[in-house]
Amino acid sequence: MAPLEILTIPNEQLKQESQTVTCFDGELQEFVQRLELTRQHGPGAVGIAAPQVGHFQRIAIVDCSLARKPVPNHGNLVLINPEITHWDGYEVGREGCLSVPDYTGNVIRATRIRLKAQDIHGEEHEYEMEGYEARAVQHEIDHLDGILFIDRVVSRRTDLFKRKVYR
Amino acid sequence: MSNWYMLTLTGEDQPGIVARVTRALFERNMNLGEASMLRLGGNFTIMMMVSGEMDAAALKQSLQEVSAALGLSLHVDPMQGGLHRHVPPNLMVRVSGADQPGIVAKVTGVLADAGFNILDLESDVAGRADRPVYIMQIAGIATAPLESLEQALDGLRAQGIDVNISPVEMLVG
Repeated sequence: MAPLEILTIPNEQLKQESQTVTCFDGELQEFVQRLELTRQHGPGAVGIAAPQVGHFQRIAIVDCSLARKPVPNHGNLVLINPEITHWDGYEVGREGCLSVPDYTGNVIRATRIRLKAQDIHGEEHEYEMEGYEARAVQHEIDHLDGILFIDRVVSRRTDLFKRKVYR
Repeated sequence: MSNWYMLTLTGEDQPGIVARVTRALFERNMNLGEASMLRLGGNFTIMMMVSGEMDAAALKQSLQEVSAALGLSLHVDPMQGGLHRHVPPNLMVRVSGADQPGIVAKVTGVLADAGFNILDLESDVAGRADRPVYIMQIAGIATAPLESLEQALDGLRAQGIDVNISPVEMLVG
């Protein structure tokens, strides 16, 4: 199995909104396998979303279990039709993206989230997440809505309050 | 491959500086690369990579008119290097406290001794004129473990400098 090709900016397709998954069949499973392979192929990627490979369905994978510095995580998560139901706290962190080569920037994300998503069999799950993993999920769900982190980059001059930003 | 020049322009801030300078460059077919532009102490400062067919003298000549009109001082240096050489930071140092002589030299001296390479430094003086507060953020890269950097900074804390260092966990998704 070969990794899929990653769309990179300025490809307009990255701004496209992805569709809800309704059919949990073998085709979906095969696609998720290839998406995971593509994530592992991308240097240091903790997450990937289907639209990054030109597949416009609400599918993302997040895996923070091998982060350079150990962080609280739920292992390898296949998130189908993910939805954030609760946000708490704000924090600035540095992000990069397989679809935005050679650029990193600071982005404000919620520190803690509650997440609802289906798994590969269509079964619903709820997760409570914090920090790095919560950030990764927010980054990937943005892809499903056609939003890139470069649309959310903030100047470090706005980050005077240590790592927490309140509004 | 075209040559890169580092263009430096500074002068009293007013609306339209960036638009007029970059328009002049665009009309002469010059390309822009990475740039830092910001207001410092009521002045506007531009440091910008520029490339194209013109040599340094011609580039300077071509910006003479607009810089004179805007009251900007202008400097052009041929430079080595080019685009796509980003190095993401792995550490962030934040300093704040009552302004005191040597605060920057002390902090950066400790960091340099630990092999910390500064990629980006922003500093500001806040507070009131009679009670200035110094605030600085340094993004950089070092291979030394965080604990040893913390230890190195302890000496500064003993001198009343509020300094903290934290890892920058880059997320790629």
